[in-house]
Amino acid sequence: MSNTIKLDISGKTQIPTRMGFGDGLVIAGKNDPNVVALCADLTDSTRMSPFKKEFPDRFIQMGIYEQALVSISAGLALAGKVPFLTSYAMFSPGRSWEQVRTACLSKANIKVIGSHAGVSVGPDGATHQAIEDMAITRCIPGLIVINPCDSIEARKATIEAAKVVGPVYIRLAREKTPVMTNDDTPFAIGKAQVVRDGADAAIIACGPLLYQSLMAAEELAKDGIQCRVINNHTIKPMDEKTVLAAAHDCGAVVTVEEHQIAGGMGSAVAEILAQNAPVPMEFVGVHDQFGQSGQPNELLEFYGMGVKDVVKAVKAVLKRK
Amino acid sequence: MLDLTDKKVLAIEESANTIREDIISMLLTAGSGHSAGSLDMADVFAAFYFHILNHDPKNPDWADRDRLILSAGHICPVRYAAMARAGYFPVEELKTLRKFGSRLQGHPERMHLPGLETTSGPLGEGIAQAAGMAYAARMDGKAWRTYCVMGDGEQDCGIVWETLLFAGAKKLANLTVIIDRNNIQIDGPTETVMPLESLKAKYESFNWRVIEVGGHNIRQFVEAVEEAKATEDRPTCIIAHTIAGKGVDFMEYKFEWHGAVPNPEQAEKALKELRTLGGKIESE
Repeated sequence: MSNTIKLDISGKTQIPTRMGFGDGLVIAGKNDPNVVALCADLTDSTRMSPFKKEFPDRFIQMGIYEQALVSISAGLALAGKVPFLTSYAMFSPGRSWEQVRTACLSKANIKVIGSHAGVSVGPDGATHQAIEDMAITRCIPGLIVINPCDSIEARKATIEAAKVVGPVYIRLAREKTPVMTNDDTPFAIGKAQVVRDGADAAIIACGPLLYQSLMAAEELAKDGIQCRVINNHTIKPMDEKTVLAAAHDCGAVVTVEEHQIAGGMGSAVAEILAQNAPVPMEFVGVHDQFGQSGQPNELLEFYGMGVKDVVKAVKAVLKRK
Repeated sequence: MLDLTDKKVLAIEESANTIREDIISMLLTAGSGHSAGSLDMADVFAAFYFHILNHDPKNPDWADRDRLILSAGHICPVRYAAMARAGYFPVEELKTLRKFGSRLQGHPERMHLPGLETTSGPLGEGIAQAAGMAYAARMDGKAWRTYCVMGDGEQDCGIVWETLLFAGAKKLANLTVIIDRNNIQIDGPTETVMPLESLKAKYESFNWRVIEVGGHNIRQFVEAVEEAKATEDRPTCIIAHTIAGKGVDFMEYKFEWHGAVPNPEQAEKALKELRTLGGKIESE
């Protein structure tokens, strides 16, 4: 494809996506004086500290409560502010789901930032590993859901989210992951990117696992299997055109996400394909299990989200093509 | 605020009575809804819409308006009736409550009807939204005030106490909460279902000022709001002691009427009672 975007797959630079959010929030704050930041006692780990330093009067310390965090933000939004509110994804939107839903019913202009998503949180264990957050957010009407692939994309997503008038959820990760995009890589909410072309199978990924997907595509190429890899950062509204083109051109699709397979990005892709272009699919993600303590990479491998699992899924889907 | 003359108090009381009649008619037509709380908040809502609020019914989005949040969204008939009587929309439209396509949803929805400020009904969320608005007003140095009407049963919700902690800590003096202390919730008396007392002491310990008033005494209530406005160092909670189902004899004090509506005969009886002011005047 002529519009294939080349990414850096060297893995040399590794930065957590939450860092990009922190940088983006300061820029969003400079762009719009109505941007305010609320945090549930996790200022540094959710990377609100740069914003707090730059705009102390626009930072609101909330203490540890996520339900009021969301509804107070909704109130701020209804009075003209653009609130970014952070916690760990497990607690917001996890614990605060109903408040997020009511805010969306009001079309409140809130930006829910869930950090430390996925099993890659690691040693903290299952209680802190949000692997259901995309399922519970993408089912809410009018809520934009974004899972950036690296820190630079997270920065851009944050800046763009501030410009959108309406609720947005951005999913972030704790651990360092490869920086694949650069300052010049285009980013638009709702516009997926083809980051490697091929016509044998399509790998549609979101979040930092885009890197594992690209690694898998490299390995498959050695066996003569050419994969199209798509950075599907916006889970809702999903770029149906790019997803459908991949299904038409490749005839087989593998989705990759650090999330429960039930209800996640892959489910959203399946909903689109089942209606418009049914092709064989395989899902790389968590298979109806909770996480546990461990190192990020060993957990990704254990729960079936490593490079070898993506390779296996592509080979499996090709047999059904 | 204009002086509250005796004549004005009388006019507000009359408006409250009209609102009660509207509530009975609306709930009868709707066939479902919440009678007791809607009726007992009629005086408070009449006081708000006809005296306290700095608002413009013809320009509901006016930036400097006071914000009135109904956290106990289920008693929205009282708010809809007060808004219609204040001129926000035609009184005729009250008949559409809870009907398909109506702007008067079963629980208030901001996107359906101008002037509602928020979407409410999921209990406890309203006070948090109100606190956010009050905080925004203070950030911007705006003089408008935020009022939030809550139920007493609603005090069970965790998010309420999260917000009390927040508003008390942030000294949100431009926020005033009114609790409809009618002592009932769906399953029975509040003190049986989940005791709240001492409610005053609880709020005070969260750095709130508390004023207790008779919820059917217009003058007392308005004076409490004035005191709240004069308080500069903390938010105020006005505990309005009310009689559940106030104005309709057979509903008064009965938790069974929390989520029930009158049938045609009961509605007729209730309307007659309201129109004759409980038998004080002969003709309707």
